[in-house]
Amino acid sequence: MSLSPFEVGSAGLVADEEQSLDALDAGRTIEGRSPLRLALARLRSDRIAWLAAGMIILMVLLALCAPLISAVTGHSPYNPDLVNGTNSFGQPYGPGQAGFVLGTDNVGRDILVRVAYGARISLLVGILATLLATVGGTILGLVSGYYGGWIDAVLARMMDAVLSFPYVLAAIVLAAVFGGSLPLTIGVIAFFSWAAIGRIVRGQTLSQKEKEYVEAARSIGAGSFRIMFVDILPNLIAPVIVLGTLLVPVAIVFEATLDYLGVGVGPPTPTWGNMLADDQGSAGFGAWWFWVFPSVALLITTLGFNLLGDSVRDALDPRTERLFANRRKKVVVGAEPNPLSRADSKRLGGGTEAP
Amino acid sequence: MVDAGVPVTPARDLQPLPAPLPDAGPLLRLENVVKHFPIKRGIFFKRQVGRVQAVEGVSLEVRRGETVGLVGETGCGKSTLARCITRLHPLTAGRVVFDGVDITQLSASQLRPYRRRMQMIFQDPFGSLNPRRRVGSIIGDPLAIHGIADGPERKRQVQELMEVVGLNPEHYNRFPSEFSGGQRQRIGVARALALRPSLIVCDEPVSALDVSVQAQIINLLEDLQGEFGLTYVFIAHDLAVVEHVSDRVAVMYLGKIVEMAETAELFGSPRHPYTAALLSASMVADPEKARSSHRVVLYGDVPSPINPPSGCRFHTRCPKAQPLCSVEEPPLRVQPGDPGGHLTACHFPVAPGERLVGAEPAISAAVTEYVASSPGAEEGTP
Repeated sequence: MSLSPFEVGSAGLVADEEQSLDALDAGRTIEGRSPLRLALARLRSDRIAWLAAGMIILMVLLALCAPLISAVTGHSPYNPDLVNGTNSFGQPYGPGQAGFVLGTDNVGRDILVRVAYGARISLLVGILATLLATVGGTILGLVSGYYGGWIDAVLARMMDAVLSFPYVLAAIVLAAVFGGSLPLTIGVIAFFSWAAIGRIVRGQTLSQKEKEYVEAARSIGAGSFRIMFVDILPNLIAPVIVLGTLLVPVAIVFEATLDYLGVGVGPPTPTWGNMLADDQGSAGFGAWWFWVFPSVALLITTLGFNLLGDSVRDALDPRTERLFANRRKKVVVGAEPNPLSRADSKRLGGGTEAP
Repeated sequence: MVDAGVPVTPARDLQPLPAPLPDAGPLLRLENVVKHFPIKRGIFFKRQVGRVQAVEGVSLEVRRGETVGLVGETGCGKSTLARCITRLHPLTAGRVVFDGVDITQLSASQLRPYRRRMQMIFQDPFGSLNPRRRVGSIIGDPLAIHGIADGPERKRQVQELMEVVGLNPEHYNRFPSEFSGGQRQRIGVARALALRPSLIVCDEPVSALDVSVQAQIINLLEDLQGEFGLTYVFIAHDLAVVEHVSDRVAVMYLGKIVEMAETAELFGSPRHPYTAALLSASMVADPEKARSSHRVVLYGDVPSPINPPSGCRFHTRCPKAQPLCSVEEPPLRVQPGDPGGHLTACHFPVAPGERLVGAEPAISAAVTEYVASSPGAEEGTP
């Protein structure tokens, strides 16, 4: 039982007779191209997706190589080093000075090493929290939409409550009670993110469960569990994947926010949020490298995941159009230009010039 | 007759179920089946403000090996009745007796063994197949759910089924969207056939298909009936199709059976005015006949099942209605002069050879007013 196939539109799904005859000659079974594979093919031809993937791979490599960078430079991410990390006036080194590629912070720690270690935390929190939120939101959304009745009433009101909760305040209170830690941060982010996915999944389930294929499944004796996870879930995979991808950057920014406020992962651990918080007092006297590099790292990561999320959505649903999408040009090449759209664009373009 | 290029071959491995004992009674018996859908209003405390009386006291027997046709206009409760038979809807009242066992109150797990013997073919060949799953796994689903076959064995059985219904077994790994409407309906037939059921409820299995493809599917269903000893409840609104496939036909109007007879008898001498009107409205593929026959045009629309007319539900549109019709509901019974199997629910049945002229509702406005003011019918009778 494969959960993988999810169909998106009809593009490319051509059951052409020649192909099947060829396959018959070859004497093997004919395999329909799964919608997932079609989506992957579309994704591969999307240059922005490659750019986004490059950004993400860059940050993943940085995170993976963090101990290596630390070993090569000989700089610890944790320990202050006022002897080697600051100049003779006790001031931090700027980028490129004294072998510190991105400079040092107030207490002489290598910013490159700390940014690299920060990437580990950010990616770990971003991906783990997203996974938890996506799995939890999907299951609860499915259950809520499928069963309806009081189960739905309770779960749907719960989602509303979570979505309307002042999550930063809640995180501060939780951190004050339990003390900030990595698992708590992941838990808090997951808890405040599942409802967004749960709500979408619930809505989709409500519409899917009225489809005749669900009735067909019931008529052959399928149980609720099977109908939810074997029949309905594959039809929801597309929006869940898109939402999940777009949730990662939100989780990463959430984590940085909590750290910045001092209620996330504790201060000795190098995280981008901690670095921004630690250094904000010193940024005033011109040490721009304190905050620029963690911010750039944060920017690249979130931008990468956001762009990837957009590309994944386009790949899964070819009907959505995006500005500056390169592959759309390819489609137009060789095709008869649509006179209507040309006239439209002329009209729109001319509108700005005309008095 | 096959659109996939593979002839329907009798598969040796698919043994039909052992023939049922001839004296074992009807395969399916419906006793006064009632299905109402509540209409609810309110945000927090939902209160019931009305009910759609989709099926209102239908009794029917289906004998082994026969095909019972069920016809009626859209919204007359045919499909709801089909879903009551297969227990996709819980019944409001009445009993469904399948092979001597009352399955009305069985729980989902108790029902499972009966689901094996009672399958359904759906109307919409697009909606009834999960678009995200491969054909092989769709047809193999019943086998998986009932633990009949696994792994390579399941695949072998599924490919065999595909061959039986005239699909190319090589297409095992394709998606439903890669098939035509007729082929998709074959997939639905293969899925219904997978568990070797005794009864298949066909809910308008051909109404979404092209006419040429309709014939293919109907022939396929007839072939399979002979091969596997199937019993069909065949729902359609196309009278020609029903006449062709059915041994007996039941005509429904607003949730009730108004007439039921052997096919030739019903089409030859309809007794209920509604049946007569329905038959006169169907196309005849013979210009001579078409010119000579006259049509009974009914006035108005089917009344709302939320608030059906009192007495005989057809009286508001019936050309023969009398005041009695709006007061007393006629029972479904053998009319004088009819053979035993011909039941009609009418006080004033159409006489053989009678022409229903003046198709305007016979009941005057006064009667309608009287009905509207009578208790239990506050509003709505048109």
